[in-house]
Amino acid sequence: MSSFKIFDIAGSGMNAQNLRMNLVSSNLANVDAVSSSTNTTYRSRQPVFQAVLDQANLKNPAVGVRMAGVVESQAPLVREYAPQHAMADADGYIYRPNVNVVEEMANMISASRAYQNNVEVVNATRKMLSATINLGR
Amino acid sequence: MKLDDAFGIHEEALRIRARRSEVLASNLANADTPGYKARDFDFQAMLRKEIQDPVRLAATHKGHIQNDSGLVASTQMAYRIPQQASLDGNTVETDREQTEFSANVMRYEASLRFLDGRIKGLLTAIKGHSS
Repeated sequence: MSSFKIFDIAGSGMNAQNLRMNLVSSNLANVDAVSSSTNTTYRSRQPVFQAVLDQANLKNPAVGVRMAGVVESQAPLVREYAPQHAMADADGYIYRPNVNVVEEMANMISASRAYQNNVEVVNATRKMLSATINLGR
Repeated sequence: MKLDDAFGIHEEALRIRARRSEVLASNLANADTPGYKARDFDFQAMLRKEIQDPVRLAATHKGHIQNDSGLVASTQMAYRIPQQASLDGNTVETDREQTEFSANVMRYEASLRFLDGRIKGLLTAIKGHSS
């Protein structure tokens, strides 16, 4: 029965949002991970989602989602003058990650809402199917 | 009366409802996919087509079983026009998809209820009493 495909689709959505949530928590956890050079500093990591085409039928409109990859934000790092800091470089500068806490919080809420939406889809489909199974009883 | 015809339009309706909920679930799952275009189809037009001119797999042998109704031709799929375009090219509007999805579930259940009535009616006819 084709309705079982909905579970795969909604499941892939939940999985993708879960991974996104992981990245948000990673970004938030590393918000204060200062470093002494630009290339060793933590950069904000962002997910890139991609629709998964049905390989058996490329025209099938019902597709799931997956995380195509993770990109590091190209926003400039925060360079701060702190000569007394343990991680300061020769010129007395430290580098802070380019994590934007406000953006990450908004991302977190968005991910959590999207996850809930998918859960709602699963619940509704489950009810639909169990009603179908009990048809005529 | 043929048993096949006993369920009338509701059998097809149920199948198309199930198909539509798949498409809407796909829209919701891809709510954050850049460039994803939300899709949907017109239930009424689809049901009419399914009854008048159904989409079937090509049967090249007389032994091929013709039981694949409920296929949706890609020409019948449409893209949803978003109320507000987003910067990443995604046209899924979650609240709208969510309401469409729940409305679709309600209608699926209505079709189920109709089918249930037909089945109960047949049972009564067979048994001669309603239990």
